[in-house]
Amino acid sequence: MSFSVMLEQLCGGMLKSMEIFFLTLLFSLPLGLLIAFGRMSKNIVLRTVIKVYISVMRGTPLMLQLLVVYFGPYYLFGMSIGGSYRFTAIILGFSLNYAAYFAEIYRSGIASMPVGQYEAAQVLGYGKAQRFVRIIFPQVVKRILPSVTNEVITLVKDTSLSFSLAYAEMFTIAKQIAAAQTNFMPFVVAAVFYYVFNLAVAVVMETLEKKLSYYH
Amino acid sequence: MNLLEMNHIVKEFDGLEVIKDISISVKEGEILSIIGPSGSGKSTLLRCATMLERINGGEIRYLGERAAYLGGDGKPVYPKGQEAKRIRSYFGLVFQNFNLFPHYSVIKNIVDAPIKVQKRARQEVYEEARALLKKMGLSDKENAYPCQLSGGQCQRVAIARALALNPKILFFDEPTSALDPELTGEVLRVIRSLADLKITMVIVTHEMAFAREISDRVIFMDKGKIVLEGKPEDVFDADHTRIREFLGRYQRG
Repeated sequence: MSFSVMLEQLCGGMLKSMEIFFLTLLFSLPLGLLIAFGRMSKNIVLRTVIKVYISVMRGTPLMLQLLVVYFGPYYLFGMSIGGSYRFTAIILGFSLNYAAYFAEIYRSGIASMPVGQYEAAQVLGYGKAQRFVRIIFPQVVKRILPSVTNEVITLVKDTSLSFSLAYAEMFTIAKQIAAAQTNFMPFVVAAVFYYVFNLAVAVVMETLEKKLSYYH
Repeated sequence: MNLLEMNHIVKEFDGLEVIKDISISVKEGEILSIIGPSGSGKSTLLRCATMLERINGGEIRYLGERAAYLGGDGKPVYPKGQEAKRIRSYFGLVFQNFNLFPHYSVIKNIVDAPIKVQKRARQEVYEEARALLKKMGLSDKENAYPCQLSGGQCQRVAIARALALNPKILFFDEPTSALDPELTGEVLRVIRSLADLKITMVIVTHEMAFAREISDRVIFMDKGKIVLEGKPEDVFDADHTRIREFLGRYQRG
């Protein structure tokens, strides 16, 4: 296999990896906020359930979670899996896992807000929803951005765990080519791809941070 | 009719009574100062009046409307929804540490609540806000952010923010306590100018000379109770041990 063919295949895989990456962010960022609300709820049942959920999601390997999400429906309910469910399972698994991490990040950000901001908004007549959307959340975003960047960068690399479900994203392809050709080169290219993508992620996040640095 | 009435207010924290059966009333146009040693409950009383703390006894009325009272089960009852919104619109509060919104510019801090909460017309609100900033001597700071301002400037923005909602009564919770001594003057000047406009105010303060000069009535609190109440000269010159002790500590610095 020529270098250019290998590159082409890996590029195709990279697009799949990026698809996992963006879809996971799209679902886990809002879901994480909802989970954070549940975690901070006054309802003790809801709060406890969410706490256990977060604990399990953070306490077990993501690869294992992917396997459970993919094979679970078959073993538990005898549902037929495979086909398009493979991709759905990957997005579901990643989103559920990352939402747990994001939830804790949101929670730490919300908890770090000075009580005076809530009180000022309350006295000025803002309703609860308005207060959160207009006053609290924008400031929380600024506070949690560095932690979110960390998670996002980890996610780029974690997409490679999809190989455990034999989904043809970049890492799975790199492994296949490397094994078939007994060639080390695909791994080198894969490393470069991940690194460059993360570099881009870092630049974007840094730009965001700079945009929000107009106040402190 | 009294603008504000607080009747037999009791407030406790973890079983410790910090407000012990206090009643005060404020008439329209009146300026009331509350003085007293730290921990005497004056800020807590203000926080009860502005519904930031829930009372454990008594009732609060704004313009005769019941804003808080003790229900049959001994728990405080507060209005909800539109009623709560209306009652909150009667008062404004200026905090000791300003609590401006750091992510909003000066002008946005002032106009956001009138536009988003009171749903007033944008243009009119902006014009009013600019007039307020001019009155505060901050016309050139319209687009600055709170972090670029001095403490005194921040507090003047906070006063403008409270005034923009056109409250009937304005509370000040130690408005100069977080400021360097050389910055207190500018804030006191602004409050004095509001007094000239006959805006109803309740001021918790440690600025004794200021309280004496500006107030129609002064309340001296100690250990959760009102010890003295009356015209400034009657309170400040009273031949009463507790207030003489308190003021003596001030004069010695």
